[in-house]
Amino acid sequence: MLAHPDLTKLIFGRLTLEALPLHVPIVLGTFAVVALGGLVLVGALTYFKLWGYLWREWFTSIDHKRIGIMYMILGFVMLLRGFADAVMMRAQQAISFGDNMGYLPPEHYDQIFTAHGVIMIFFVAMPMVTGMMNFVMPLQIGARDVAFPFLNNFSFWMTVAGALLVMASLFIGEFARTGWLAYPPLSDIVSSPDAGVDYYIWALQIAGVGTLLSGINLLVTIVKMRAPGMTLMRMPVFTWTALCTNVLIVAAFPVLTAALALLALDRYAGTNFFTTELGGNAMMYVNLIWIWGHPEVYILVLPVFGIFSEVTATFSRKPLFGYTSMVYASVVITVLSYLVWLHHFFTMGSGASVNSFFGITTMIISIPTGAKIFNWLFTMYRGRVEFEVPMMWTVAFMVTFVIGGMTGVLLAVPPADFSLHNSLFLIAHFHNVIIGGVVFGLFAGIYYWFPKAFGFRLEPFWGKCAFWFWVVGFYFAFMPLYMLGLMGVTRRLSHFNDPALQIWFVAAAFGAFLILLGIGSQIMQFAVSFKNREALRDVTGDPWNGRTLEWSTSSPPPKYNFAFTPLVHDHDAWWMMKKHRYQRPLDGFVPIHMPSNTGAGIILAGLSFVFGFAMIWYMWLLAAVSFAALLLTAIAHTFNYHRDYYLSADEVRRVEASRTELLARHV
Amino acid sequence: MLPMAGAPTQPLEFHVTSETHPPNGTLLGFWVYLMSDCLVFACLFAAYGVLGRQFAGGPTAAEVLEIPTVALNTALLLLSSITYGFAVLEMQRDRQSPMLGWLVVTGLLGLGFLTIELREFAHLISIGAGPQRSAFLSSFFTLVGTHGLHVTTGILWMIVLIIQVLKKGLITANKRRLMCLSMFWHFLDVVWVGVFSFVYLMGVLP
Repeated sequence: MLAHPDLTKLIFGRLTLEALPLHVPIVLGTFAVVALGGLVLVGALTYFKLWGYLWREWFTSIDHKRIGIMYMILGFVMLLRGFADAVMMRAQQAISFGDNMGYLPPEHYDQIFTAHGVIMIFFVAMPMVTGMMNFVMPLQIGARDVAFPFLNNFSFWMTVAGALLVMASLFIGEFARTGWLAYPPLSDIVSSPDAGVDYYIWALQIAGVGTLLSGINLLVTIVKMRAPGMTLMRMPVFTWTALCTNVLIVAAFPVLTAALALLALDRYAGTNFFTTELGGNAMMYVNLIWIWGHPEVYILVLPVFGIFSEVTATFSRKPLFGYTSMVYASVVITVLSYLVWLHHFFTMGSGASVNSFFGITTMIISIPTGAKIFNWLFTMYRGRVEFEVPMMWTVAFMVTFVIGGMTGVLLAVPPADFSLHNSLFLIAHFHNVIIGGVVFGLFAGIYYWFPKAFGFRLEPFWGKCAFWFWVVGFYFAFMPLYMLGLMGVTRRLSHFNDPALQIWFVAAAFGAFLILLGIGSQIMQFAVSFKNREALRDVTGDPWNGRTLEWSTSSPPPKYNFAFTPLVHDHDAWWMMKKHRYQRPLDGFVPIHMPSNTGAGIILAGLSFVFGFAMIWYMWLLAAVSFAALLLTAIAHTFNYHRDYYLSADEVRRVEASRTELLARHV
Repeated sequence: MLPMAGAPTQPLEFHVTSETHPPNGTLLGFWVYLMSDCLVFACLFAAYGVLGRQFAGGPTAAEVLEIPTVALNTALLLLSSITYGFAVLEMQRDRQSPMLGWLVVTGLLGLGFLTIELREFAHLISIGAGPQRSAFLSSFFTLVGTHGLHVTTGILWMIVLIIQVLKKGLITANKRRLMCLSMFWHFLDVVWVGVFSFVYLMGVLP
């Protein structure tokens, strides 16, 4: 440390050596493992001389497919972290009865449930959903890339910067102890003076920039870049749900930004938005955050409905039943998702008429969702259903999601909610819809589009193991929570006195253990599939006999996606092309206009990370410098007018010829 | 390309043989961004709506807000929208120097607006009516200040664009950027009309 206290404060702010968790063995152990893993990774990358490759081909890539894949990897890595938190909580609650206080002190336990929620929603579900849309949607609409390729890269790295801030809080200082939405007055500067809530605020604000920009980007892509002939009502359902989700992102995330900005002002500038004195109103925060928060639920689940629609149609060998009603159901859900936010706090005391309004709108939302379920069922009806792994996830989803939906309708009844509010019944409900809906759907989507992304299929044995462990584990982990909730157990408790409850928590912990085996199986699946990739190779580009345009190009697709832009005549464009015995064009290629890679996105996001970190620790000097650098880099980037190039017709011919040869070899 | 024998319907083309250029989406994208920004302001307006009468024993809106100063400020900003409009007209005629001239005038009017606003803020803080004093003042400073921050960004952007036009001329990319800034600037005007009516005019009502 420097001798002069003022200078130390100017440079390090409130960050001192005490912020390092040297006295908490669990965190220290985690740090050792993470550091070791990181060293091995860095060492391996250096040894195999992969840094240059990664930088040129991935980190600076503006190719929507690569960015999509990077989003998925980020989501999966963060899933491991978020799941580790879940296991710790389940273990604590399974043993912490009576005299046994468990192994986690309350202040640590509170950080864990906060981090678990934040990570699972913002850094697992969001990146995976965004990654899925990024990879699949442009291919489905016959586009070369997204509307703003650079912005796409920048958005991804901003999400990474946010995730890194959350990870940093594990080892430097602490994370918020407030629950995943950080309600004031608990999250204000009086009750939470340490850096935890600031980590929360800056991680979400920085990642939020990425989410918003990616929402705008994908929205404009769908509106402007569809292949000729693809009218709105000919778009694949996944693209439709992506459109709805991106509308929701653009219309909901600014509210989160505003709410967190006001909370930050209360903490940093001493304003009185949500304080308990001088006229502040904490319930305004709760309203604002849920005006974002409820649409967020649909942001996550709508694209997943799209995935199920694609999977069901493909593996039932039928066109999707009720395409039009599916589209309208998605749009109705999009609109209704803004009219239900108050059901998250019926107990606020807004009166019978307000509560009934929001109770009724909430029940109404189950109608379009129910319509979707029937559409999937009728698609399967009299279809030639093939139970490939994605279809298994879909069936598990339909059963599980219906249960979760029904408990949701129970919670929508205000008098019932008064006793179930913030109980484990609620926890069971939203895990039921998020795991049973979003997570199952993402796994179905990963298995379904994996061959498109990497050129080889995933190996089904470990996929089926993962499926059964996850599904059975889910029921073991969350059905007991319904029971506990009905018995009146509230959420976020780290210790219990009534020994009669313990057996339920032990069952839930066993469920978490099964899910652990499920995740293990998934990792095995990736490893085994990579090892056997030659045997699993997809040479046709259409391993499932698919219906939509992404299956018309090679696996993995060339940089430019389609040598010629497809012309669309009806929905299920690729199915129709196959029916008409479409022949790939083998000559007449023209140069293709392509965006160039750029490192600006990762640099800007890196500077944002430094800025966020400096703000969290009150390092005003570093904050000012990094902010100025951020501004100057952004401006400098706008002086670069050469952002694209032409891929020559010869190059296109070479790529297409190699595919022709590959297809000929495997007839 | 003809379909092979046995194809169910008449021949259909399934791809475009020339290179397709989808329409540029920048203006739509920027417009969508503005709508999201509009929602940030909507939240700040809502916060002011909830907290605007929470004076907490401190000064009230009627006591601290000075309509004549703000009227002048409003006039400056509205005028700057007109001058930006002139700049766009000159841009469409490809007349670079008059375009730049109007841009400079717009920037100066914006700067005038900011100066008056900052003086108002400084005055309020000096009489003990800073943003920490009451929920009303917190929401007032935040709403008006966020608008001011946007104007600052607009001016900075204008400076950058002036340099870029000087360097590259009125090329398509620069024209597109000028149109985006134009939307941004007019958007700020619209928001200010809301601030002026909702905060200042309604604030001084008894």
